[in-house]
Amino acid sequence: MNAESPAEAARNTGQKEKISIRNLSFYYDQTKALKDINLPLYERAVTAFIGPSGCGKSTLLRILNRIYELYPKQRAEGEVLMDGENILTSKESADSLRSRVGMVFQKPTPFPMSIYENISFGIKLYERLGKAELDERVESALRRAALWEEVKDKLNTSGQGLSGGQQQRLCIARTVAVRPEVILFDEPCSALDPISTAKIEELIDELKSDYTIAIVTHNMQQAARCTNYAAFMFLGELIEFDTTEKLFTSPSQPKTQEYITGRFG
Amino acid sequence: MAGTALALRRRARSKVMMGLSIASAVLGLVILAIILGTLLYKGVAGLNGAVFTEMTPPPGSQGGLLNAIFGSVVMTAIGIVIGAPISILAGTYLAEYGRYRRLAHVVRFINDILLSAPSIVIGLFIYELLVTTMGHFSGIAGALALSILVIPIVVRTTEDMLRLVPDTLREAAASVGTQRWRMIVSIAYRAARTGITTGVLLAVARISGETAPLLFTALNNQFWSTDLNAPLASLPVIIFQFALSPYEDWQQLAWTGALLITLSVLTLSIFARMLTAKKAK
Repeated sequence: MNAESPAEAARNTGQKEKISIRNLSFYYDQTKALKDINLPLYERAVTAFIGPSGCGKSTLLRILNRIYELYPKQRAEGEVLMDGENILTSKESADSLRSRVGMVFQKPTPFPMSIYENISFGIKLYERLGKAELDERVESALRRAALWEEVKDKLNTSGQGLSGGQQQRLCIARTVAVRPEVILFDEPCSALDPISTAKIEELIDELKSDYTIAIVTHNMQQAARCTNYAAFMFLGELIEFDTTEKLFTSPSQPKTQEYITGRFG
Repeated sequence: MAGTALALRRRARSKVMMGLSIASAVLGLVILAIILGTLLYKGVAGLNGAVFTEMTPPPGSQGGLLNAIFGSVVMTAIGIVIGAPISILAGTYLAEYGRYRRLAHVVRFINDILLSAPSIVIGLFIYELLVTTMGHFSGIAGALALSILVIPIVVRTTEDMLRLVPDTLREAAASVGTQRWRMIVSIAYRAARTGITTGVLLAVARISGETAPLLFTALNNQFWSTDLNAPLASLPVIIFQFALSPYEDWQQLAWTGALLITLSVLTLSIFARMLTAKKAK
């Protein structure tokens, strides 16, 4: 495993580790789904998790905001340090952690309420704002997600009436509105058409100037286009982590080479 | 030629089965039509203003059903007001908090038993619990018996409807930092609103026609009474009493009362259907 070059690259751009995953293992009941993962997520950078289906990349992502805790018989062992504190054992509630670590899912999941409320809902959970201030926050979140122009005249209509691509951008706006530090994307474009996909990718590229981003993707081009670092996983193990450029052009592991050239997966 | 013979045999069998199915369906519908037709024919004859303005009469004189209609509406309303919140909370426990717990399996099992328990048993239960201890029949005892009938229906529909809310929506709510109770109140209830309302409406329809649980609890009252601590009239019990009587004017009122219940239940069911259909769109 080549651990030096990404660290060097990070040093060169002055990036620090926002999240450090140390010796992380994960179990679904008796099944060990992740084996001893060690991985950094650099601040203000996009890290891709790639690998064939079932390799554990979504599982890994779902540990970072402890969303796996919604289900029984799932448990994580090891450390996930965020700004030095282990989120798996910290006293912070999972709810509060999730307001700092946002997530965008594979399928767009607008709440059953108006476009405006979809955004304001999350803001109101942790902040008390006046009407004007709230309006402002909603607008800036929608602008940030490149959706404002399309919805500004119908903020009070249902969020579920938007197109798939718009819904996904609404979900990104909803996530951004809460002002998280980290945003996790779980195959955010797999249910979208190419144009919507391009918009989301553009968005991710813009968001990285403010957030630490991790993205699970099956799409090699997508990973190459909009990520800085890439982690290749296989059968629950981290095979290789490097800058995206290096991982895609000259991977050190033969397994990585095979996967990115499409020989399996 | 064996193939053709087989095909012919299959086609014949298919026709027979289809014929039987259609015949059964028609039979069921015809019986329903006869019941509704008779009810309409006999009930409408006695339908006039007095039904809604006058009390149940002694045999041989003019009267209406006002006290019975009032009693039914009040007991149904109280039954729902008591039963629905308990059931919605219990259904919420089953679908949200207790989904993976052992207790939820036990509660669900007991609820299913309650769902199929004969309503007369519920009546006897309240009779032992309230009527014998209070020493007399009362409207509140009737309302309580009805509320116990509401519970299994609404628990079941609430749980079913909440389970239809996709987990992805729960995850999405959690992912912006929503606490679980708030997710349930603001997201899950909102997504399942029409379904839960439909369940409550169906429960109203169910209890507004129940006679057995009222016989041992609210009993009956020939006079105008708004006292919940005293025996209270209700449409089903009045129908039961009047239909069995030898007096023609009582029998007429029984038909009219039956028509009223049927029409209100029908209206509620149609309303519930419309809610569900709107949701399906």
